[in-house]
Amino acid sequence: MATQPEVPVATVAAEPAVPSLVDRYFTRWYKAGKWGMIASAGPYVKGKPCEDHCILQHSNRICVITLAGSHPVLQSGKTIKSISYQISTNCSRLQNKVSGKFKRGAQFLTELAPLCKIYCSDGEEYTISSCVRGRLMEVNENILHKPSILQEKPSTEGYIAVVLPKFEESKSITEGLLTQKQYEEVVVKRTRAATGTS
Amino acid sequence: MLFRKQSLSLGRNDIVQLKEAYKWITHPLFSEELGVPIDGKSLFEVSVVFAHPETVEDCHFLRAICPDCFKPAKNKQSVFTRMAVMKALNKIKEEDFLNFVVQYHVWNIAAVKFILFCRQFPCPPNSPKAVCTVLEIECAHGAVFVAGKIFSFNFSSSGREDVDVRTLGNGRPFAIELVNPHRAHFTSQEIKELQQKINNSEAIGHMKEGEEEKTKTYSALIWTNKAIQRKDIEFLDDIKDLKIDQKTPLRVLHRRPLAVRTRIIHSMETHYVDEHHFRLYLKTQAGTYIKEFVHGDFGRTRPNIGSLMDVTADILELDVESVDVDWPPALDD
Repeated sequence: MATQPEVPVATVAAEPAVPSLVDRYFTRWYKAGKWGMIASAGPYVKGKPCEDHCILQHSNRICVITLAGSHPVLQSGKTIKSISYQISTNCSRLQNKVSGKFKRGAQFLTELAPLCKIYCSDGEEYTISSCVRGRLMEVNENILHKPSILQEKPSTEGYIAVVLPKFEESKSITEGLLTQKQYEEVVVKRTRAATGTS
Repeated sequence: MLFRKQSLSLGRNDIVQLKEAYKWITHPLFSEELGVPIDGKSLFEVSVVFAHPETVEDCHFLRAICPDCFKPAKNKQSVFTRMAVMKALNKIKEEDFLNFVVQYHVWNIAAVKFILFCRQFPCPPNSPKAVCTVLEIECAHGAVFVAGKIFSFNFSSSGREDVDVRTLGNGRPFAIELVNPHRAHFTSQEIKELQQKINNSEAIGHMKEGEEEKTKTYSALIWTNKAIQRKDIEFLDDIKDLKIDQKTPLRVLHRRPLAVRTRIIHSMETHYVDEHHFRLYLKTQAGTYIKEFVHGDFGRTRPNIGSLMDVTADILELDVESVDVDWPPALDD
């Protein structure tokens, strides 16, 4: 989520508000959940409606996977019971070990590869997907100990994982993703559709 | 100050003219003071004349090599006009020029400290490459002549900073190794010996030490999302030798191994600016990522200023105040 810092007008008259860390170095891309399917968006994230992901792409091509503001987990009233990186009997994202400059040994992820499972107190279970192809660098262990960080700061300390796309693919990975503007349009259409049917 | 490439061969157009550097520094000051935009090509021209008596005679030796370029004329105060000097430089042969550059010795590793003092334009605005040019060189052994394609040199510095970080204080030690000069009469045996002598010398050793072992002092301008009072930052002054764990910052993770580095923040000093800003002076172990210590790098540097103060913090400016290694000795010693 973009938190525009406010610089007090009295001190810095002509200067515009300073862009946040994320705004300065990252571009936001989105993967919309089932309800937000648009022809140009390509394969959508399977699962419940509105499970939107936000991929923060650094200028050096590293991608940070986070939850978009419209994701159900981030809505008020939701409490996270636990988070697990054990995505199958044989695979835990926590076991991911990366070595050296070329990040050997990393688990390779496709767009639909699951990263983690979020269990909520109301019984709902959400799977977070990678959304980009590449090597898994790390998953955020801080949210295991304190799941509330995910809800409080989803764009920074509450990130899910860091993925390093292949150098050759660093431009093409965004082809299946929505820009900030496109994502906002999806959310608007969705809200209209929702109110229409109720 | 960065030389990202190890060796650099300068063409005449790569050297920043003093008047350009002067304009880059003063234009924004004028603009701010007068509240008007600056137009380098406007009809309103301001002429600034500089004199530098200490070096005015530096080019006089050219007259000995090329006397007919410097014929006295009636209206000229001095025969050494810019035109005349340029003409002479174009005319004389490289060997003749080098013969007269007496202060320049092939085998001298000139130990200098450099100061990059212009944050706004760390790189020449018209240069597409991210290679920065040194704005001012203060040399302990006399003038270093960098003119035309006479030689190439290797630049070796004691650590480095990001392009948007100023280097203040006494500057950062570095060495320039002059490579392949056009005139060098040495046997290969002599060169080998020289090479060994230099590489094993105290000088290079001291310099590289600076990268790993020494401490550095920084000054940072910090923004906080929550409004703060003086008392909210005072506790930082009392923290000594704080251990922090830094995962490889995301901004360099594409080219560095993923690892956790433990570093020490030896001491901090705060200066309150306003409800959302304060200046932080820090003395840290070499190798500490300061920006990440301030904003936390997605929580991957712990603890960080944000976590210590329980706010969202960001860094607006960063200056290197000093690199605390006592070499080379200051000129006035």
